[in-house]
Amino acid sequence: MTSPFRTAEGGRIDRGTTLEFTFDGQTHTGHPGDTLASALLASGRHQVATSVKLGRPRGIAAAWAEDPGGLVQIEEPFPEPMLLATTVELHDGLVAHGLPGQGRLAEISDSARYDAVHHHVDVLVVGAGPAGLTAALTAARSGARVALVDEQSEAGGSLLGGTDRLDDAPALEWVAAAVAELAGHPEVLHLQRTTAFGSYDDGFVLALERRTDHLGTAAPRHVSRQRVWRLRARSVVVATGAHERPVVFADNDRPGTMLAGAARTFLHRYGVLPGRQAVVFTTNDSAYDAALDLHRAGVAVEAVVDARPAGSPRREECERAGIRVLSGAVVTATQGVERVTHALVAPFVDGQVGAGSAIACDLLLVSGGWNPAVHLFSQARGRLRYDEALGAFLPAEELDRLSVTGAAAGVLDLAGCLADGQRVARAALTALAVAPPGEDRLPTAPEPVVPAAPLVLWRVPDTSGADGNTSFVDLQRDATVADIARAVGAGLRSIEHIKRYTTIGTAHDQGKTSGVLASGITAELLGVPVQATGTTTFRPPYTPVAFAALAGRDRGRLFDPERVTSLHDWHVAAGAVFEDVGQWKRPRHYPRPGEDMETAVLRECAAARTGVGILDGSTLGKIDVQGPDAAVLLDRLYTNMMSSLKVGSVRYGVMCGVDGMVIDDGTVLRLAEDRFLLLTTTGGAAKVLDWMEEWAQTEWPDLRVHCTSVTEQWNTFPVVGPRSRDVIGALFPQVDVANEAFPFMTWRDTALDGVPVRLARISFSGELAFEVYVNPWYGVAVWERLLEAGRPYGITPYGTETMHVLRAEKGYPIIGQDTDGTVTPHDLGMAWAVSKKKPDFVGKRSFARQANQDPLRKQLVGLLPVDRRTVLPEGSQIVELHPDGQLPPPPVPMLGHVTSSYRSAELARPFALALVKGGRSRIGDTVHVPVNGTLVPAEVTGSVLVDPEGARRDG
Amino acid sequence: MQLIECPWCGPREEVEFHYGGQAHVPYPDAPAEVSDEEWAHYVFFRDNTKGRFAERWCHSAGCRRWFNAVRDTTTYRFERVQRLDDPEPHATEPARARRSTAS
Ligand SMILES: [Zn+2]
Repeated sequence: MTSPFRTAEGGRIDRGTTLEFTFDGQTHTGHPGDTLASALLASGRHQVATSVKLGRPRGIAAAWAEDPGGLVQIEEPFPEPMLLATTVELHDGLVAHGLPGQGRLAEISDSARYDAVHHHVDVLVVGAGPAGLTAALTAARSGARVALVDEQSEAGGSLLGGTDRLDDAPALEWVAAAVAELAGHPEVLHLQRTTAFGSYDDGFVLALERRTDHLGTAAPRHVSRQRVWRLRARSVVVATGAHERPVVFADNDRPGTMLAGAARTFLHRYGVLPGRQAVVFTTNDSAYDAALDLHRAGVAVEAVVDARPAGSPRREECERAGIRVLSGAVVTATQGVERVTHALVAPFVDGQVGAGSAIACDLLLVSGGWNPAVHLFSQARGRLRYDEALGAFLPAEELDRLSVTGAAAGVLDLAGCLADGQRVARAALTALAVAPPGEDRLPTAPEPVVPAAPLVLWRVPDTSGADGNTSFVDLQRDATVADIARAVGAGLRSIEHIKRYTTIGTAHDQGKTSGVLASGITAELLGVPVQATGTTTFRPPYTPVAFAALAGRDRGRLFDPERVTSLHDWHVAAGAVFEDVGQWKRPRHYPRPGEDMETAVLRECAAARTGVGILDGSTLGKIDVQGPDAAVLLDRLYTNMMSSLKVGSVRYGVMCGVDGMVIDDGTVLRLAEDRFLLLTTTGGAAKVLDWMEEWAQTEWPDLRVHCTSVTEQWNTFPVVGPRSRDVIGALFPQVDVANEAFPFMTWRDTALDGVPVRLARISFSGELAFEVYVNPWYGVAVWERLLEAGRPYGITPYGTETMHVLRAEKGYPIIGQDTDGTVTPHDLGMAWAVSKKKPDFVGKRSFARQANQDPLRKQLVGLLPVDRRTVLPEGSQIVELHPDGQLPPPPVPMLGHVTSSYRSAELARPFALALVKGGRSRIGDTVHVPVNGTLVPAEVTGSVLVDPEGARRDG
Repeated sequence: MQLIECPWCGPREEVEFHYGGQAHVPYPDAPAEVSDEEWAHYVFFRDNTKGRFAERWCHSAGCRRWFNAVRDTTTYRFERVQRLDDPEPHATEPARARRSTAS
């Protein structure tokens, strides 16, 4: 298709290159430098979509991110919903279609890369328009470290859409020189296509750089598609410009209705005529530029309709050009179906609309004034004030480290913006104790024509008979003046409530054109000043940001770190089934061909109980505690005595919080008088280190002790079972492994082919067992030597599931599974692990609290399902039947719950551990567990079900 | 995201820090001698101050040191940070009764 609305020359497009793209199934052409919107307008297309609720035709109404009309879905090169035609840069092969307000997420996974960069600067300037460029130049010339970010494809801001001149030359020549000068400063980072979307505490600004979107399928694979810049600035200068504001009137949503400034941008920047026959409706002088520029470009400007009775000093200029100016008049409505065909124009006197007439047009330009883009200032919790003259909200205070300049601060003329940018930058530098540059000349701008005061007009009274139901405030939400009237009629007063009631400002554009209108109309309806109504809270992001960009590289395997032991590859090769324990990947079991988990675990358990098994226990937390007062610290933090532990020995210990509840347990090896190695649970390692450091630093800073995590410095392999002594004895012949020489709960250092190895008689299964400690560099070698030495005994690697069964058969609790932060050592039947000799330790005082004396506290007991078949689901509730065999009436009292439950090879039946009220006094009783709607009877037993005498631990 | 001044490392991102609650709640000298109620106050009760508040923080993803701070709970602004071994008395709220005397 041709581009009948493309001008013959001009614009910042590369006319020498033609791009082909598809929109709604139709092929169009455009040029590099176009947006999807400008290319569609060039082909004569205004309507892009239909609206979300009412299905009304909607078109391109602005030239950038404030556009409420042109929502599209991209299909190629990668499906992406909810983009604006005005911000999608055109590239070859683009396929898109219009969206009725709702998009569709891609069904294929996004193969593009996203990343993030941290960057620290003295001065961050947001916006590369005249004020921002001047501020950046001033900061750069001082030698400060500067970042300049701007959301457009090139610098210039409002200058890109106009015909301004600086130093008697086109202003864009000054822009080019400024960009070149910035590039020459080594401490300046200048990023285009980069939207600062969030402003946070202490000069922290998030910006999204769109690095390859404009390249389409030509985007290099190795370059990240989008990048989040995490900018930390000592001073932020917000030069984000202003958004033109429409005026609301009946049927103001009809395609062909467009902001006046946007039409200038389409003309000057993209070389596009947005229509042939225009009416310009304005409340201020700025739209006269649009009227005159379009006229010069060949558009028939039928009328300038100026709501101000006195009109504008620029009226003469128009009339010289043959443009009719109607002062004291308004556009009351439009006509047309999918495109405006007529503007209805009527006199407007003292707020009253007179009899109107229709003016034929295919383009209706509107300007209701300008809203400074104060988003970043407001996000940083800056207060806003309503400016009566501008009819807009402006920064009301100076913020520490963040200042606003140019149009964003309400300065709307070019010379003023240049001077203001320089002034604000110099003030920022001074505050940072950086000397502003001596040579810092501003370009000369022509003397501005003194404008006539704008009229603040939010809406034209609806004379169409639609009662405001077609007077759209928020086009994206199909929300109208009538909706605001209904909200006010329902008694709502707060603009925040009205926003939620009407949904105004909650769509994709977050109210860029509708927010201030809603405040103004609400204030009018309530009869209060606009200042009293205020605005809704500005929140990040300024424009939508894809979750993929925010996630960056933190997805898939990098979403959360995966920790593996040095044996991981061996486990994989051995066919292990893994489970996640915290961040660790641990083998759960090692099924043989044809085995399910249940069979594999029964086999692994039997091996450990009757022969020998081996476990990779390397994930256990390990903390090296050193210092003359190491024993003192441990005595204060463990419930039992550690200072009496002999070098060479091992002791099991329990740690409690100050509330007396168990927080972790494990064994402690005394390596020297002043050195201990603590073993913690896998999941509790970091928490225990934090806990120890907190007490050592904050309560007992006099203690000479240091704690260091050495979890990853040691592999730990428990070799478990009656034949474990044979295996260890065979592999370490220099170690006397006899029970008398190497008793339970002791450790020995030895070596294997020169590699230091530590052996410890520790058992988490009740069986004779040796834990083998070795540097992970040698982990696989030592593991394989253990397997080799154990082959004659059928050594069987086992996983965490078997480990759990073995420990549960012995009644050893897992902290965090069998406990939940409300369980004391006494509740676990571990009064033996609580020192009575120590005057104090963390948690001791709480044991004496009344609640801890309650005989009905939940206690850890065993449960044996009477049917010898049912594996009680963990988490099941436990109830008691009346003597007559009936359930008590609801609410049925709950006695406790099942905490661990497995099949036992040793017991030849399933069993469970449970926390039960007064559990130890119920041993021998039968309780019931509801499982899938039936009550399963279970006998309450002691928690130790296998070898309660402990006969096996010495082999 | 705020910058928090670690007295050992200087300003760092707030994600590097852990909050440690109210400062100056000492472990009782002789826990065995305090009443259940006094003990419960030590274990469970903390002030919920609006405004200046003396707090403990830990630079847990940095130097791992605990330190004291005075922060305004309405603005989140840190007024002061102090090492635990700072010889100057730690700033606390004026006229705040010691916990052990409250009941
Ligand atoms: Zn630090």
